[in-house]
Amino acid sequence: MNNKRIYLDHASAMPVDLKVLGFAERYLKDDFGNPSSLHSAALTAKKAVEDARKKVAELINAENELCVVFTSCATESNNLAIKGTALRNIGKGKKVAASAIEHISVINPMKELKKSGFELTLIPVDSTGLVNLKKLDESLTKETAVTSIMYANSEIGTIQPIREIGEIVHQKGLYLHMDATAAAGRIPIDVQDEGIDLLTLSSNDMYGPQGAGALYIKQGVKLQAILPGGGQERGLRSGTENIFAIAGMGEAASIAKKEMSQESERLKGIRDKLIEEILKIDETYLTGHPTQRLPHHASFRFSGIEGESILLNMDLRHGIQVSTGSACSSRTLEPSHVLLAIGLKHEEAHGSMVITLGRSNGLENVPQITEAVKETIERLRKLSPL
Amino acid sequence: MADIGYSKKVLDHFMNPRNVGVIEDADGYGKVGNPVCGDLMEMYIKVKDDIITDIKFRTFGCGSAIATSSMVTEMAKGMHVDEALKLTRNDVATELEGLPPAKMHCSNLAADALHAATKDYKEKKGEKKNGG
Repeated sequence: MNNKRIYLDHASAMPVDLKVLGFAERYLKDDFGNPSSLHSAALTAKKAVEDARKKVAELINAENELCVVFTSCATESNNLAIKGTALRNIGKGKKVAASAIEHISVINPMKELKKSGFELTLIPVDSTGLVNLKKLDESLTKETAVTSIMYANSEIGTIQPIREIGEIVHQKGLYLHMDATAAAGRIPIDVQDEGIDLLTLSSNDMYGPQGAGALYIKQGVKLQAILPGGGQERGLRSGTENIFAIAGMGEAASIAKKEMSQESERLKGIRDKLIEEILKIDETYLTGHPTQRLPHHASFRFSGIEGESILLNMDLRHGIQVSTGSACSSRTLEPSHVLLAIGLKHEEAHGSMVITLGRSNGLENVPQITEAVKETIERLRKLSPL
Repeated sequence: MADIGYSKKVLDHFMNPRNVGVIEDADGYGKVGNPVCGDLMEMYIKVKDDIITDIKFRTFGCGSAIATSSMVTEMAKGMHVDEALKLTRNDVATELEGLPPAKMHCSNLAADALHAATKDYKEKKGEKKNGG
């Protein structure tokens, strides 16, 4: 392997921006106070959290920074949004709804609610991953406590028609939660303009440190805490604040706001070239939407071969890290529910490959990536009896 | 190098699979698995005096499915067909210096493919005897 490593799995993990690290490391070393204490060290920590709150609020154009609650990760934000809203508004009714391609951290809290008597409706999507708006409209009733639709999907890159979804949900007077983990810092989000009641954000998905997430909660939306304790974060998320991660997330949000449009344009160029080249391989198909997709996202399926083998060969032989929705790469040994929801057969869903680009990738990487994919597909197809 | 819980030997067999291909005039052929479930293996054997003299495979599946098929072909070459029928999934996994628990079914499948090819050979041989 003579070529340098190329990392193409930014949806799974991203490096921390060194500017972010430089900004936030003082909160690990010197300004390590607990915001709940009363002395001067606490004030510095408290200010760090409030500054970060402001920066995150600005990224998504929240009406007020107090609408942002910090959590430990996107999974926690999703849990708080869903269980918190459903349990607090139980008087409205015992129904929850989500698209069929939500992240497991949305689906599983909803399944847990089912055990306590909630009814769960999964809204189907079309073959490109767009939510079926007619079905959404028909499925929601005044008893639906919360509806959760992903802003954009991390496996197939599809961006949802946010405004249309918001209109349908709000016409019925219901709450809309959107998981923007894959979208935030990549494409502009405006919670006020787009009519979003609850929005999940993740620090590490925009070059911030691991260990922080946020939930935007529109003023007036009532939630119940799912982690009771000392009453931090206006009682919605107890536990001593992870100042380093939160301050880092704020700084990352601030940098994303400044650099997003230029960086996304650059990544889109790489993405489009990759899609063009990789689709030249026989029996290769793009998954997700051809145009309504994240600027850094390219996802494919190849017939006759299996995704974990693709991942291994790309990594071991070519030093390129990609992702797959294959069954063999998952804990459950089930193929990705997202790929099944867009109508792929099991045997088709096994042969998927997902590329998510980031700052370290350049247009000059495209030939090496394309050659690696070609070699991988050719080699595995030779091994395959299909 | 990726470390996803596979032993060096598994990765070696995945990267450099032995005995890949088909045998046109095979004495035994076996096919197990199902593409719907994510793995399908086929195995071809040549047999002389009940000894497996040549063996080839093709596999659709994950890294360990490919590695276990390759491993089984190495183990089976030169083996008496009765011994081949006794080969278990644990034998394959042990020879590969272990498999992650979730991947044990792959070694099962590889052993099954060998058994299927061997049984096919025995049946054909039985037919010949009965016929002759």
